[in-house]
Amino acid sequence: MTAVINVPATLDEAGFEQVLEQLAPLAPDAKVLVDARHCRFATPAGLTSLLCLAQSRVEKPDFAPPTDETVQSYWARSRFFQYAEELYTFRGTVLKPRTAQDSDTVLEVTPIAKSEDVHAVVERVKDRATHILTTKLHLETRATMGFAMSLSEACQNVVEHAGRGGWVAVQAYNWTKRRVGRWVVVISVADAGQGFRSSLETSRARAIAGERWSDGDALEAALTQGHSRYQEPGRGQGLKGIKSYAHRHDGRLSIRSGTARISLLASWNDGLPREEGLSPFPGAQLQIIIPEKVAET
Amino acid sequence: MTHIDVRSALQSSVKGNFSDLVTRHTGAVVRTVIEHQIAGLADGTVVFLDFSRIGVLDRSCADEFVAKLIMPLSRDHSQQTGYVVFHGISEDHLDTIEAVLETHGLALVVQFEGSTKLVGAVTHDERCCWDLVMTHGSAIPETVAVHTGVPDEACRALLESLARRRLLRRDAERFLPLGTATA
Repeated sequence: MTAVINVPATLDEAGFEQVLEQLAPLAPDAKVLVDARHCRFATPAGLTSLLCLAQSRVEKPDFAPPTDETVQSYWARSRFFQYAEELYTFRGTVLKPRTAQDSDTVLEVTPIAKSEDVHAVVERVKDRATHILTTKLHLETRATMGFAMSLSEACQNVVEHAGRGGWVAVQAYNWTKRRVGRWVVVISVADAGQGFRSSLETSRARAIAGERWSDGDALEAALTQGHSRYQEPGRGQGLKGIKSYAHRHDGRLSIRSGTARISLLASWNDGLPREEGLSPFPGAQLQIIIPEKVAET
Repeated sequence: MTHIDVRSALQSSVKGNFSDLVTRHTGAVVRTVIEHQIAGLADGTVVFLDFSRIGVLDRSCADEFVAKLIMPLSRDHSQQTGYVVFHGISEDHLDTIEAVLETHGLALVVQFEGSTKLVGAVTHDERCCWDLVMTHGSAIPETVAVHTGVPDEACRALLESLARRRLLRRDAERFLPLGTATA
């Protein structure tokens, strides 16, 4: 029997939690149909997480694509279907991308598995990121370097720690009518690998924690205390660099892994810094949101 | 004095015409290439590593490349006799380099915006002594002590420490800067 997983109309970080809640009671080998027919809006976090969902299932899931042509067209241009077609059995046809790139897409959904992939991602985003960061987010040209660095470090986390390949996507949005009230650029990097808790199983943080070792503890050890599964000094620099960049630009950084999420909140964001007891996320999902710079009052 | 183009080292290490120093893997392979080049040089050579054709430098790569390149040079009984100066670095490179140097308690001489600077983990007195040697072109500990106000013996110890860490050169009693880059 196939279990139907309904994708909400808005497939963002919060929307994907609804997907995970539906998956939580199912066995890993249960057959599922991911029904995205009524989805109207998807962020990089939503799209990359959907690919991870498929990778995490024992049996290849079915997928019903969005019925709205505009939505489908965007998903096609973002290259989601290109990779989803390998991971899902599609129920119905989908549009092929007609235009090369959406004007606000910094980086379409892109697989990352090795060091060279990270080089290619950084090389590809530089010019486009400079344009969007300077014209829409009103950041200095110099901010592009930090942006590329953060993207690189986020992708490297997958290569170094996940144990399997992952996905990255970067998109600019005008969130005037949404929470932030201004333009933002969103980086999402997700993988269906071992997750932070397992990755840090041999770390010093794990040894100190003893019996009380949870997904939340692992995320906090990595993000707040700079722990890594590698013992050599100097490890943990990547997340430190991302944190520093997000903080400098009043950005939000969140990492979701296992049953927890840890977030470095921005002035415009009123979420929780640490959430636990969530439905299991296969692997890890890192999201960085950099908002448009506003004049100080 | 020897000039090494870091971009050329990168291109000989990684497939594709990339200009960015990103990922630990790349940092390790580029460091290995440069270590081999440095190993073939005469004792006491000052090597200028030219970053002017490098775009992004991320922290993981810098940790693997910069910190691990400098670490053996800075050891108390280092077998290596060369000196390294980073040349052509941008403000972003500098931020990243400083962050990894501080993490490891290392320091380095860099050429940034036309001037030579000491960056990384150094004390106020070490910096004063180093600046004095730079200003004078060469100096003995007594001269440095007079100008910095650091007591003679302490000043000598600081200069010896800076020389041991390959941040100054030493010629008998005199301490000298690492030199200037050729274009």
